[in-house]
Amino acid sequence: MAEFLNERRMSLAIALALLAVPLMAEWLGNSFYTTLATRAAILALAGVGLNIALGSGGLISLGHAAFFGIGGYAVGIIASHHQAYEPLMTWPLTIAATNQMPVLWLVAILASGLAALMIGALSLRTSGVYFIMITLAFAQMIYYFAVSWPAYGGQDGLSIYVRDGFPGLNTLRPLDFFLLCYAVLMVVLALVRMISGARFGAMLEAVRQNPARVAALGLSPFRIRLVAFVLSGMVTGLAGALYADLNRFVSPSMLSWHMSGEIMVFVILGGAGRLFGPVAGACIYVLFEHVFGGVSDYWQFFLGALLLGVVLFARGGLIGLAAGRARHD
Amino acid sequence: MTEPVLSLSGVTRSFGALKVSDAVDLDLRAGEIHALIGPNGAGKSTLIKLISGEIEPDAGRIRFAGRDLQGLDQAARARLGLARTFQVSSLIPDFSVRRNVMLAVQAREGSGFGFVRQVSGDSRLGDAAMTALGRVGLQDRAQVPAAELSHGERRLLEIAMALALRPRAFLMDEPMAGLGSEGSGALIGFLDSLRGEAPILLVEHDMDAVFALADRISVLVGGRVIAHGSPDDIRADADVRAAYLGEE
Repeated sequence: MAEFLNERRMSLAIALALLAVPLMAEWLGNSFYTTLATRAAILALAGVGLNIALGSGGLISLGHAAFFGIGGYAVGIIASHHQAYEPLMTWPLTIAATNQMPVLWLVAILASGLAALMIGALSLRTSGVYFIMITLAFAQMIYYFAVSWPAYGGQDGLSIYVRDGFPGLNTLRPLDFFLLCYAVLMVVLALVRMISGARFGAMLEAVRQNPARVAALGLSPFRIRLVAFVLSGMVTGLAGALYADLNRFVSPSMLSWHMSGEIMVFVILGGAGRLFGPVAGACIYVLFEHVFGGVSDYWQFFLGALLLGVVLFARGGLIGLAAGRARHD
Repeated sequence: MTEPVLSLSGVTRSFGALKVSDAVDLDLRAGEIHALIGPNGAGKSTLIKLISGEIEPDAGRIRFAGRDLQGLDQAARARLGLARTFQVSSLIPDFSVRRNVMLAVQAREGSGFGFVRQVSGDSRLGDAAMTALGRVGLQDRAQVPAAELSHGERRLLEIAMALALRPRAFLMDEPMAGLGSEGSGALIGFLDSLRGEAPILLVEHDMDAVFALADRISVLVGGRVIAHGSPDDIRADADVRAAYLGEE
């Protein structure tokens, strides 16, 4: 029980630290760090999404950039119509473009969820290294599609001239936008925690540990994994939507396999299967990028060294290192 | 006569040139324990896998609870009421004993997809799990992770999970394997009382258990059923003695 409390305390500390940085920054009048913290929160959310598949479900997806990018492009495409005062479509019915985040998020979640349903339905028939390769292949297909789609920027990407809005907030102010992203992250974490404690979470955990046993109990491991994969894609897609508005820019790089690798690094660095693992991982990633990125162009060398250390000596990631093994009562 | 709960007719399966199941006819009737015996490599475990749906037969039919099982996967067959225990214990190692059984209760209720209500506070799941554990005498070990159980306790947990499914038939693959004589004695008594609840197709090497429990015995050698009958018939059967019992 002590270890469990310890993980909770650690999660709380990470959550408070991520909140404290931009508040301090704003107080000191330097909103650069606010933007940095926003980036960390959004990347953390992408990792929280992957963690549902990878950590809880044991599904090693190297294609989550697909969902991140689809979420981003959903926002970018709608914004490009909105800023040109064009409707999204005119036939069979006219749908006007919007710049309201709640609507954009919903579109991003549905689009990435649909993509995850299709990719998952095909790739979850395989396992192990084949699953890794097939998820990678699907993401690369979408990447090349985006590169060669001139209507929406092709290789150059799409700019969003004015950040989309949220009712009651001025999203152009860095702190407002940070607080919005932070709130989304916390709400999603609360939902993930709820789901993993519920029947679905128990089944998913059991499927990861022993799929043959779950099948013998009468539930299809495939269906449980597919639902997890879709939820996972939706969360990462939502993160992509926020990321588009953070940078006010989307490009095929959001869909590239580098991005998939980065999201996986957040999860593994922080602790796969741990609620706050991806949050810790993304924060450290952004911190390294900022600190060592200023020192050397090869800052990823330091990150690589850290990742190597974690993989070799702390299988539960940094959360596991500090809080011990995950407990299941 | 009522239809047997489970019946196999002409079930055949080959791996390459090797026929591991050769036109097997077998049935399991309500209220009985039907033991399947045979030397190593006779195809007993293959037959369990064919019935449970882990592998498909090349030919032949398997009917269970009035349905043809062809084309149904393992999960669908389990939902129809086929509860299987594995030759090598198959548990969720990181889950506690109680959580393992709760998973079975959850599966019986057909609900893998609850997203809101927390399992840890669900007393209905917990109580049903404790009832099943109480029946096999594992209630005092409820909080222990399954990975930390002794070999014998794992066998009992497998059976508790099968009980929690409230099945129409049990498929038990060597439940006595690796139990000491004391442990298997207790398990014999328990299985004896279980046949009224649901019939058991019992694959077992322990001949004391087989002859103490079985209402009928089928002898499998080289994938074929070479003899079939009451324990007394089997004991007296010359072919069986030559092929199998004589070696013991």
